[in-house]
Amino acid sequence: MSPAVNWNEERAKEIVAPLARVSGGLLPALQAIQDEFGFVPKSAISLLAHTFNMTRAEVFGVASFYHDFRLDGPAGRHVLKLCRAEACQAVGAETLAAAAQAHLKVSWNETKAGGEWTLEPVFCLGLCASGPSAMIDGEPVARLDAEKLFALLDEAER
Amino acid sequence: MNGLRARLSHDAAALALGGRSVARALREKNVEILCVGSRGLFWLEPLLEIETSGGWQAFGPVAATDVPTILDAARNGTPHPLFLGNIQDHPFLKAQTRLTFARCGTVDPSSLDAYAHAGGLVGLKHALDVGPAKIIEEIAASGLRGRGGAGFPAAVKWSGAAAAAGDEKFVVCNADEGDSGTYADRMLMEGDPFLLIEGMIIAGIAIAGTKGYVYIRSEYPHAIAAMRRAVENARDHGLLGKSVLGTYHVFDIEIRAGAGSYVCGEETALLESLEGKRGQVRAKPPLPVHCGLFGKPTIINNVLTFAAAPTILAHGGAYYQSFGRGRSRGTMPIQLAGDIRYGGLFETAFGPTLETLVNDIGGGTRSGRPVRAVQVGGPLGAYFPPALFDTPFDYEEFTNRGGLLGHGGIVVFNDTVDMARQARFAMEFCAIESCGKCTPCRIGSVRGMETIDRILKEDDNAGRIALLKDLCDVMKSGSLCALGGFVPYPVLSALEHFPEDFVRRCL
Repeated sequence: MSPAVNWNEERAKEIVAPLARVSGGLLPALQAIQDEFGFVPKSAISLLAHTFNMTRAEVFGVASFYHDFRLDGPAGRHVLKLCRAEACQAVGAETLAAAAQAHLKVSWNETKAGGEWTLEPVFCLGLCASGPSAMIDGEPVARLDAEKLFALLDEAER
Repeated sequence: MNGLRARLSHDAAALALGGRSVARALREKNVEILCVGSRGLFWLEPLLEIETSGGWQAFGPVAATDVPTILDAARNGTPHPLFLGNIQDHPFLKAQTRLTFARCGTVDPSSLDAYAHAGGLVGLKHALDVGPAKIIEEIAASGLRGRGGAGFPAAVKWSGAAAAAGDEKFVVCNADEGDSGTYADRMLMEGDPFLLIEGMIIAGIAIAGTKGYVYIRSEYPHAIAAMRRAVENARDHGLLGKSVLGTYHVFDIEIRAGAGSYVCGEETALLESLEGKRGQVRAKPPLPVHCGLFGKPTIINNVLTFAAAPTILAHGGAYYQSFGRGRSRGTMPIQLAGDIRYGGLFETAFGPTLETLVNDIGGGTRSGRPVRAVQVGGPLGAYFPPALFDTPFDYEEFTNRGGLLGHGGIVVFNDTVDMARQARFAMEFCAIESCGKCTPCRIGSVRGMETIDRILKEDDNAGRIALLKDLCDVMKSGSLCALGGFVPYPVLSALEHFPEDFVRRCL
C-alpha cells in the first residue's frame, strides 16, 4: 500500500492537468488523486471542480457514487478486502469474515485504532473457483481459512 | 544443474494460491520461467509445466517447497505425487471445445509475436481483406449473441452502429465482470489480451469506428496491467494506431479502470462512467448504437463477445455456428465456482446439462457435502435445485425454467446453505449497488430486505410472502435496468424451490 501523503496543491495540479484534456477524465483524475494522497480530500474536490469546469457538488456527486473513493480520510496502514459475494459465501466467507473481524477488532469499513488495518467488503475478485478469497494490500489471496488468513495478516505487518 | 524451462501461470488466481513463491523457488534453481495465463484448472493452481525430453510435463497444485523434488522428477523421469502428465491430455481439458480460450495458458500474454505465432491475427487480416459488410455478414452467420448476459445478437448491434450516421463512432468493451462466480473475462485479459484487442479492431472496422475503450473493474488490477501492457505492445508493433497493420484503418484503444460500482456493468451506466459521471443507468431509447458514448454511435459488448470475433473471421461464421444448439450457437466459457471439487473454466458448445457440468465435470462439491442449489448467472441469476439439473446450458432453456445464463457462471452451494439468507443477500446487494435512478430498484430492494427479515422473525407468513412476490413483480417490470429487474430471479427461485427455508427462526 502506498502511504498517504499530505495534501499538496501544486502536486495535485500536476497530476490532474494532463487528465483535464482527456474525454471523461474526471474518474481517472479522482483515481490519480486517491493513488497519490490515499484519499480524496475536500481541497481536491475544489481543485477538480475548477479544472473540469463543474460545481463542487457535481464532483462530490461523482466521487461519492463510487465505493472505491475514500472521502473521509486515508485507509489504515494495511487494507484487507474480504470477498462477500456468493461464490465465496458458498465456501464459508461469512464465517471467515466474522473471524477476521474478531481478530482485527474492526467491523466493515472500519480502521483498527492506531491505523493498522482497514477492513473492507469486496463483491467478487474473480477468484471464484478458489474461495474464500481476499486482497491484502492489493495482493490477491485465495483458498483461505482463518488460520491461513491470520498468518498472511501477520506476514503483511512484518 | 540448469537448462530447464518452466511454464508458470501468473494469473491472479495462481498468484493468490502462492504462484509468486513458486516462481521464486524456480529462479533460485536457475530455471527459466515462461509466464503464461491460466489454463483454468484452478484446483491444480499453481500449475507448473516443465519442458522435458518427453515434452511438457505438468505438476500441480505446487507449493514452493515442492519445487526441488519436482525438478528432480522432471529431470530423471521419476514419479512424483503432483505429476499430471501432459496437461493437454487432462480429461477436464480434453472434454472442452476451446475456441476463445485456445491459447490461454500456453502463450506469453505480453508478446504480440507469440500471439501471432500461435495463430493470432488471422481473423483480423481476413477482416481487413473483406471489409465491413462482409464482417457483419460473418458475425450474423455465426449466430453470436452477447456474452455479457443479455444474449442480444451481436450482428444486430454491429450493423445498427455501422448504419448510424456519425463523424465519430466508438467501440466499448464491457470488462466490468462483477458477477460472482464469473472470471472468464479476467482470465482472458490476463492470459490472452491480444485476442480481445484483435476482436475490438475487427469491430472498429465493421462500424467505421476509430477509438475503443476497455472498461475494467478496479477489483482486477492484474487484468488492467496486462491489458495496458498489451495495448502498448500493439501500438509499438503497428497493430493499433494510425495505420492498423499498414492499412488505412485507424484504431486505438484506451484502458479505463472502474471504481467499485457493480451497476457500471450495465451498458448505459458504463457509458456514463466512461464519460466521468456517476454510473447511473440511462433510459432507452435512444440505444447506444445511435447515441452512446459522448452522444456518438457506439457498440458496447462483453469481453467474450469481442474475443469470439477473431475466430469467426478466421474460420467463417458457419464454422462457429456449427457448435451449439437451438438459438444458442458457438461455445460458451462456463465458469464453475463456489463449493465445487474441480472448479475452473470449461469452454464448450452450448447444450450440456447442469447435471453434467456440476456433477460429472465439476465432480460435485469440494466439501464432500451434497449439492443443494446452484446459482447460474451471477447475483441476479436464479437458484436451481438438483431437481432441475436436467436443464441444458442454453439461453432459451434457462429462460423457460425461470432462470438466465448471464455471463456463464455456476456457483455451487452445499446442503448447509440457507436459501432465505441468500434471497435476503440478493436484495441487500441490490440495495448497496443500486444506482438510485429508478424507484423500484432503489426503494424496492430495501423493502425486500425488510420483508424477508420479518418473514424470518414472525409466524404466519403467507401474507408477507405474497407481499414479497408482489414486490418482485413490481421490480421486475418497473425497473430501468437488469439490476432491479433481475434481482427477483434469485429471490423468487429461492422461494419457489426452497419454501421450507422461509419460516420463522429462533434468533
